[in-house]
Amino acid sequence: MSTILLTIDDRKVHGESGETILSVARQHGIPIPTLCQLQGASTFGGCRLCLVEVEGIAHPVSACNTPIKAGQRVTTQSPALRADRQMVLELLFAERNHYCAVCVQNGDCELQSAAAQAGMDHVRCPYLSPSLPVDASHAQYVLDHNRCILCMRCVRVCAEVEGAHTWQMAGRGIEARLVADNGVPWGESTTCTSCGKCVHLCPTGALYRKGASVAEMQKKRGFLLRILEGRELGRTGEEPTDDFLVPTVEIRS
Amino acid sequence: MSTLQPENPSIERRIALQRVGRIDPESIDDYLAEEGFVALRQLLQSANPDSVIEAVTTAGVRGHGGAGFPTGRKWYFVAKADAPVKYVVCNADESEPGTLKDRLIMEGDPFSLIEAMIIAGFTVGATTGFIYLRGEYNLARHRLENAIRQAEAAGFLGRDILGSGIDFSLHLHSGAGAYICGEETALISSLEGYRGEPRSKPPYPTQSGLWGRPTLVNNVETLVRIPPILRHGAAWYRASGTAGSPGTQIVTLLGDVNWRGVVEVPFGISTRRLIDDVGQGVKGGALKLVQSGGSSGGIIPPEWLDLPLDFDSGRAGVVLGSGALLVCNAHRCVVDLTTVVMAFFRAESCGKCVPCRVGTVELHTLLQRLTEGRGTLRDLSLLETMGAMVKRTSFCGLGITAPNVLLDGLRHFRDEYIAHARDHRCPAAVCAMQDSAWGELPHLATVG
Amino acid sequence: MSGQKLRLATAWLGGCSGCHMSFLDLDERLVELAEVAELVYSPIADVKEFPEAVDITLVEGAVANVDHLELAQQIRERSRIVASFGDCAVTGNVTSLRNRIPVPDLLNQVYQGGPGAIPRQSPDDPIMPALLPTVLPLHQVIEVDAFVPGCPPDPDRIWAAVRALIFGEAAPHDPHLRTFG
Repeated sequence: MSTILLTIDDRKVHGESGETILSVARQHGIPIPTLCQLQGASTFGGCRLCLVEVEGIAHPVSACNTPIKAGQRVTTQSPALRADRQMVLELLFAERNHYCAVCVQNGDCELQSAAAQAGMDHVRCPYLSPSLPVDASHAQYVLDHNRCILCMRCVRVCAEVEGAHTWQMAGRGIEARLVADNGVPWGESTTCTSCGKCVHLCPTGALYRKGASVAEMQKKRGFLLRILEGRELGRTGEEPTDDFLVPTVEIRS
Repeated sequence: MSTLQPENPSIERRIALQRVGRIDPESIDDYLAEEGFVALRQLLQSANPDSVIEAVTTAGVRGHGGAGFPTGRKWYFVAKADAPVKYVVCNADESEPGTLKDRLIMEGDPFSLIEAMIIAGFTVGATTGFIYLRGEYNLARHRLENAIRQAEAAGFLGRDILGSGIDFSLHLHSGAGAYICGEETALISSLEGYRGEPRSKPPYPTQSGLWGRPTLVNNVETLVRIPPILRHGAAWYRASGTAGSPGTQIVTLLGDVNWRGVVEVPFGISTRRLIDDVGQGVKGGALKLVQSGGSSGGIIPPEWLDLPLDFDSGRAGVVLGSGALLVCNAHRCVVDLTTVVMAFFRAESCGKCVPCRVGTVELHTLLQRLTEGRGTLRDLSLLETMGAMVKRTSFCGLGITAPNVLLDGLRHFRDEYIAHARDHRCPAAVCAMQDSAWGELPHLATVG
Repeated sequence: MSGQKLRLATAWLGGCSGCHMSFLDLDERLVELAEVAELVYSPIADVKEFPEAVDITLVEGAVANVDHLELAQQIRERSRIVASFGDCAVTGNVTSLRNRIPVPDLLNQVYQGGPGAIPRQSPDDPIMPALLPTVLPLHQVIEVDAFVPGCPPDPDRIWAAVRALIFGEAAPHDPHLRTFG
């Protein structure tokens, strides 16, 4: 390890050899937007939001996987970078069905906030409006492909931290999809430990805890009888029902 | 269509293709009778691996996979890397559309690749090699399997090669049909059993490649040039070609020409000579353009036909790439061509990074609109902005080169794009210029 | 009304009118607005024809059918400044959730196979405006000068945008004033 001196946005900064531009910038309080980056997991480099300019290199480089070099001059904000980051976000919004107003994650979403931060206020390219399923087979969690940005955070944390290797990427290009256990419904996964790491690290509403969206709440109305008559249950073998508590008005859905 | 004609010395010089069509590719005896394994034998006797790097560097060999990186330097990096295990990998995942050179070598002269890989292993200090073969190349697989077996039986592969104390084992691995696996880090991921996705560079494969070991990755055509160079010397190799690109290159000539096929010519030859002297002229009309280097290459307009084809001609705008030359006559539509090329990248993007995964689909969608008569001038400006953005910001070479043909098309044939976008007219009368979904609905004045 | 006043219009395409409700929630700021601007066309004013020479038009809703398309084009021709007002105009939003379903299937599902009695009119009835194959955000149909995202944009956000457009103040740069949703 040796200390390296470089310049980021006209500020003299230092880092250890082997560190990335992103890591050194953050240590010095210089903000660079990211989406796929996840502290504590391996680097992916797919979202391309952390692009920065390095003097002497014709095209922008991703800060998350570019090691620092002595004397490097890095620029993190410029009109060209702003335009590139905006278009990255436009492409993400156009790819799947990211309608914030009807998303469980509205108001606490990294994609939504990245767009606002980057000044991306409309999408110029055609919306692809794909028809994508929602996997609600898991007892506690839901995977909504409509909101997935393929950042691989879930894949990495599941493999590298939980050690379960439940999540993989299947398919190629625009057909790429997050799958559990090489393509079974999440609820049928035999490797998932239901730890919830993927759910909490998902930047968008693609992975969420059940019960978060409208009309999803299911009440366990039978609990009272179960507590009170539990002892009887062992004798009769009869499960107390919820029937008498269910409202008689049928709500059509 | 014949793939190989008798050599025409006025224009051809066969080095990589020297034995193709002349020997039985399934017989090691035929190969031995044609100077086969002579270079290897001499090298093992001299026991001087540094001499190989010197010869390759002096000969000026550059990577024939498309990028043109100096081969000697790559070998030097791996040779000097301090590691107990190193690997040699041959990139035989020839997937660039319209490129058939590696296939011809592997089908016609498989032993030459094996000899080259043993030499590479000896030079850089690797005892294991892998050939990553394009999944669809069945005949090549059959011939390479046979050649590996015969070479093992004859003592050229395995332990203690020809009593030299040197070991080298060679493994053949078939890809599963993904273009991305031609990118060296994606190839390595695939070879390790992972999803074929590119990895961050640095570290480069020469430092940390297959299973984290220093790895030499070279294209088939690059490798097979090494034994003849060792045999005849660097000066012999440099006798043809240009100062920056010495030697020869294999060109796959196809499209609207009277003769289509594979030919090996000195670097620096002009596109015009290739079309006129090898291709026997343009077929079916006047020449409109030449798409060079496959789908990731570029467009050569008629006014550039006399520029030399070599690794450095990229400065002028001519991309040599994999050596594919697709000739298009005046009846071809450049917007249609661009749309087909973008459909290829849309299908072949691995999905790892956003600009390539979504950008290629958006570019293809916008191009399709032009061919359906539903495009606008704002679509055109978005195509240009987004094409440049995808090129600038993609993770690996696939996304970086995907917009090349589009951007070149807009540069050289802008009027034709404008005719599609503004007048909803295809000057070459190729595009359908109608769309079933929107039918008689009014055209949108602006989109974008 | 004084001829000095700005001619302001608001229009309602494929949306739920929530953006207009939020606009009315400007409350006493509406009085301030009325001092400088005259509302010449709006779903809350009884004007049938979109007028000529409008200074600023706020457009709520996405472009979902041929009527929307026609009105949007009229708005563009007759307005100096057009602003996409709310998420449906800016992104398509909920209105465009139907984009994944082909129009004939959609009409069949809703009008023939859906709940309740089948309506007497057929979906092909000339009175019903034909649906576009896909719902589009406004700027993919006409040139748009300003974007006010939000579902709906809250009154403070609308006021910041209106002040920028009408009083010529600097456009709001605060990220929390331009989130979708």
